[in-house]
Amino acid sequence: MAEMFAAGQQPEVLFWVGCAGSFDDRAKKITKAFIKILNSANVSFAVLGTEESCTGDPAKRAGNEFLFQMQAVTNIEVMNAYDIKKVVTACPHCFNTLKNEYPGLGGNYEVVHHTQFLKQLLNDGKITLEGGTYKGKRITYHDPCYLGRANDVYEAPRELIRKLDAELVEMKNCKKKGLCCGAGGAQMFKEPEKGDKDVNIERTEQAMETQPEIIAAACPFCNTMMTDGVKNKEKEASVAVMDIAELIATAGDL
Amino acid sequence: MDYLPNILFAIVLIVGIGFFTKNVQRLVRNIKLGKDTDVSDNQSQRWSNMARIALGQTKMVVRPIAGLLHIVVYVGFIIINIEVLEIILDGLLGTHRLFSAPLGAVYDFLIGSFEILAFLVIVAVVIFWIRRNVIRLQRFIKPEMTGWPKKDGNLILYIELVLMFLFLTMNGADYQLQQMGAAHYASEAGIMGSFPVSQFLSPLFEGMSISTLVIIERAAWWLHIVGILFFLNYLYYSKHLHILLAFPNTFYGSLKPKGQFKNLAAVTNEVKLMMDPSADPFAAPTEDAPEPEKFGASDVADLNWVQLLNAYTCTECGRCTSECPANQTGKKLSPRKIMMDTRDRLQEVGENIEKNKGSFVDDGKQLLDDYISREELWACTSCNACVEACPVSIDPLSIIMDMRQYLVMEQSAAPSDLNNMMGNIENNGAPWPFNQMDRLNWAQES
Repeated sequence: MAEMFAAGQQPEVLFWVGCAGSFDDRAKKITKAFIKILNSANVSFAVLGTEESCTGDPAKRAGNEFLFQMQAVTNIEVMNAYDIKKVVTACPHCFNTLKNEYPGLGGNYEVVHHTQFLKQLLNDGKITLEGGTYKGKRITYHDPCYLGRANDVYEAPRELIRKLDAELVEMKNCKKKGLCCGAGGAQMFKEPEKGDKDVNIERTEQAMETQPEIIAAACPFCNTMMTDGVKNKEKEASVAVMDIAELIATAGDL
Repeated sequence: MDYLPNILFAIVLIVGIGFFTKNVQRLVRNIKLGKDTDVSDNQSQRWSNMARIALGQTKMVVRPIAGLLHIVVYVGFIIINIEVLEIILDGLLGTHRLFSAPLGAVYDFLIGSFEILAFLVIVAVVIFWIRRNVIRLQRFIKPEMTGWPKKDGNLILYIELVLMFLFLTMNGADYQLQQMGAAHYASEAGIMGSFPVSQFLSPLFEGMSISTLVIIERAAWWLHIVGILFFLNYLYYSKHLHILLAFPNTFYGSLKPKGQFKNLAAVTNEVKLMMDPSADPFAAPTEDAPEPEKFGASDVADLNWVQLLNAYTCTECGRCTSECPANQTGKKLSPRKIMMDTRDRLQEVGENIEKNKGSFVDDGKQLLDDYISREELWACTSCNACVEACPVSIDPLSIIMDMRQYLVMEQSAAPSDLNNMMGNIENNGAPWPFNQMDRLNWAQES
């Protein structure tokens, strides 16, 4: 971003990579897949790189409003300095925080989730999907809480899966009633409380009931939780957990 | 002496309604213990939410069986209450079926539909009872549903059942009396009302004298109206307050996306001060500076009044708990219990204030730890399933989050894993211990 700005250019959209997308080995693949699509669609975009910092979402959900607002104000200063208008992110937690909680602190941007952005690219004819790779494959989609219930985005990811010519199968809890993967509310960063079972195992069992070949996710944390769940069930050879961006990048042979 | 029943009825009515008014005042006082919160925005959206969710029961039918049965009972109670108006006027004026003459055929239709509804209510209530006590649906037998909450749930069903039977008995005996041409009951215009259900009670009244039937009819009439007044006053002590509070509660429910948690204004001020290069870090607070605000909530008075209204509105149906991922996987957290605890504590604080002539005297207890444990609070994934599930727009998640804020910002009592995570964000700008300068490394990897 700094380079573009120095060259007097303004990108069409800022890609907010997020901490998982920057550091987590699994999530980095999602980042790269999304970048491939952006490049192939000739989208003018930028990333903040080392100027990006955690949105503060996990701090806020853990109860540390102070740390959250420190993070938010710092990020807003950076983004406002670059005069950012539109932000896309592959993480529903970043998406929710940037979209809903930053405006009150002076950060007003048009924020979209990458599934919404991809759908728009598809509608505009900037990317085309030939269903070849996933034709007829059974794919079940796991709704991330912070995309679905929290922001009522249910259809964009589903439409993309359908466009892959895949067979979209729904779990018994989906859309508004989608079951959490167990990572939200800062649970990702702590051990679960005592119980009979881990939440991600429960959710993975629901996914397995649909006998999928692929579990599609749209959140790096859900991806981790579901991947762990599939490993726990020793099904990693037959069931893949993939982000929607990865599905599209692979289908387009990017 | 002829006016004795009228006077007696007027007294019963005044006492019943007077007591209810006192309970409403208590309720309002307790809810007002909560902090102020601005809910004056977007009135039209709020009215429409109330119409849709409370009046229209749209979220009840998400679970079709319980939803439809509930609509039967709900419509039954609202419609049959039209009859209560006539009963009250008859009682005060000493008339019999006052509305019959002016309404004519419409009256017959109304009474007929009341009877059918009463019958349907009986059916629904019996099914509800079976779901609670025979089938024992999961959500009705959770740990928080023992003792009073369990008894309360059943008592409400019994009261409703008894009221409906009294209503039908009253009509049945009346029908018999009208047919027999009893004085005061029969009218020259013919039979008043139509009795599609209570006519089947006729065999029971066969061969009874007019005086016996009058006693039965009067007894049912009196018990029915006294029962209604009793029920009205039972509400304050019961989970059944939702029949009134569901309306304001859906009106004041959040209009924001569920993922949007409010930004604490007190913190914003602090943060702004910290970011302001011209602020003097050593400045002493001015003399008249207010006490720094407490962050988050450890007791009911730290919550806002809508959250307290939420607590009184909860009817303990347990849909939230049955959708909660933590509860489903055997954790202690139950969103319903959060609401029940909040109400119980609020009730306790209210009684404390009453006992101490208008001011709260510290009782060494609070909502945190004495009612809601930390283990429950930390088990929440903030997934909003409970908020989505609630048919009357209650938000248990907001209470959980406020209490977490207290734990973290006032007590520094987060689980150590979370402290590590927050330390990382503070130092490296990421929840993991990676260097901020490595943020773009992925771009160089293949």
